[in-house]
Amino acid sequence: MSVDWNAFTPTAALAGGVLIGSAAAVFALFNGRIAGISGVLGGLLRPVMGDLGWRVAFVLGLVAAPLAYAVFASVPAPRIDAGWGQLVIAGLLVGIGTRYGSGCTSGHGVCGLSRLSLRSLVATATFMGAGFATVFVVRHLIGA
Amino acid sequence: MPILTSLLAGLVFGIGLILSGMADPAKVLGFLDLAGRWDPSLALVMAGAVGIGLLGFAIARRRTASFLGLPMRLPKTRDIDGRLVGGSLLFGIGWGLAGFCPGPALVALGMGQVKAAIFVGAMLAGMGVFELLERRAASSAARA
Repeated sequence: MSVDWNAFTPTAALAGGVLIGSAAAVFALFNGRIAGISGVLGGLLRPVMGDLGWRVAFVLGLVAAPLAYAVFASVPAPRIDAGWGQLVIAGLLVGIGTRYGSGCTSGHGVCGLSRLSLRSLVATATFMGAGFATVFVVRHLIGA
Repeated sequence: MPILTSLLAGLVFGIGLILSGMADPAKVLGFLDLAGRWDPSLALVMAGAVGIGLLGFAIARRRTASFLGLPMRLPKTRDIDGRLVGGSLLFGIGWGLAGFCPGPALVALGMGQVKAAIFVGAMLAGMGVFELLERRAASSAARA
């Protein structure tokens, strides 16, 4: 392992993390719910009356974030190297996996670890481990 | 009011993702690539988020109603089972393939990225597959 010091952005990472944690804390304290994106989205596919508005609002907030960010600074363009086929397979796996595993990076990672949940720690260790292994296979074994 | 706080939480969460660089799959994959040139930024994002989250959830845990008078719906499940681990494994593989998890994908969608739209479409399809399988399992359990 060698650390890429040029890519490492500690201040922005920490500041962004504080915003993410604040959003999750506000959501728990005001709405009484976990800011878990896969759960919020998944609930939209199992519509229950009176349970849709806050879900749609949360998703709209996420999608509108680049617009709000652009008021203060220019939005950095993401680099998406994966091809279309890879994106479709990845999306399907993320969709099915997060619903069976009851959470993703936000629900288990941010909120679950903040709640000191052993269940979320196991989930986070599992998906991080699988992520490390997948990138190792794709970049260093297949060399794609 | 819960709709407004939900929108705000989604917005701040998304701005945090952009600021931290996590809306950029290339940066996320830089963290997951332990054997390559490693970018530790994501670890600091988690540290910042969980640092604030610990505080927020410590307060939330002691309450029976939210600041808006809503019931606290924080998870009570503690099971560590095949669904949790298997689902998290699938999610981690998908995460490692594209560098997207649900939140950043929605934010990148808001940046008008076509590839993010493909990923989000596939992710929603994956969540739909989960709903169908769950419904089928529930109906066969009801027949048995």
